[in-house]
Amino acid sequence: MDVIQWQRQHRDHQASMFREGFLDDQFIQLQKLQDETSPDFVIEVITMFFADSENLINNMKQALEQTPVDFRQVDAHVHQYKGSSASVGAARVKNVCVTFRNFCDAQNLEGCARCLQQLQHEYSLLKSNLQHLFGLQQQIQAAGGSIPTIE
Amino acid sequence: MAAAGDVLRQILPEDGAAGELHVLAVGDSHVDRKVIERLLKISSCKVTVVESETRALQFLGLDGENCSIDFDSLKVNLIMTDYSMPGMTGYELLKKIKQESSLFREIPVVIMSSENILTRIASCLEEGAEDFLLKPVKLSDVKRLTDFMRDEGMKGEKICPKRRRSYDCTPSLSTAFSLISHQS
Repeated sequence: MDVIQWQRQHRDHQASMFREGFLDDQFIQLQKLQDETSPDFVIEVITMFFADSENLINNMKQALEQTPVDFRQVDAHVHQYKGSSASVGAARVKNVCVTFRNFCDAQNLEGCARCLQQLQHEYSLLKSNLQHLFGLQQQIQAAGGSIPTIE
Repeated sequence: MAAAGDVLRQILPEDGAAGELHVLAVGDSHVDRKVIERLLKISSCKVTVVESETRALQFLGLDGENCSIDFDSLKVNLIMTDYSMPGMTGYELLKKIKQESSLFREIPVVIMSSENILTRIASCLEEGAEDFLLKPVKLSDVKRLTDFMRDEGMKGEKICPKRRRSYDCTPSLSTAFSLISHQS
């Protein structure tokens, strides 16, 4: 496949991620911060985000397994996750966090457990979609092309 | 309250080129620290990033171990801090800095928060925050802030910081702000 086709795939995949609400404008903001002096900035931030995600989801899981559950502790983790997902433009993850926090406030264990599941699901979807996007990015860069960005 | 420009004009950081802003960014999120650092570097600032208010105070030399502070030890032109942090919050750091009976009091402090809470914004501004940014922080927010500080440094004019709005304003919010501005 030539550069043009890789670029088209990249553009289409990124567009569909926006259409389906996986990503929002903040992801474009991150792309604006990438240039020759920091050519892998987006991948670096997202990699940090993946590590954060796994850490925080695990913390939430453990907190929900305590007896009794300390909902403020759960909420603290969700609040952090809401923050970092917002910072990278992970819109669907962030939205689940918002709902999750409401259940924490209400001390609703069942609601929290459902949100945790949703969060794991959304994170997993986002991760595989982004990995696909970055794979295309690497193909383009290897072929000497530039990454198409959405304006 | 001294304008940001006065701080820039009078005191340059020890190891900064003339006119280079040195910003201290404080935040407990790994991801956020990386993003704010990049935002500031792209805006031509020298950046120091720390993970907590305690570390921020240590960096500034305000952690109780230094009793005498002189011009030379004023290392930063601007502090940007998260509001919500475990341990000491950004609001508490703001208060601590504004209570200093030294030049540290005049370092502009900008609060960043993901929550658009009117009373929170009001208390931060009343406590002397230079600005309140809603997260996620964008490049345009940082550019506006740094441009303002550089312009003020050159002109030496005082502009009421409370008139600048960097968050989504509902009519009720802006009404509250004009009330606060008129009180000061």
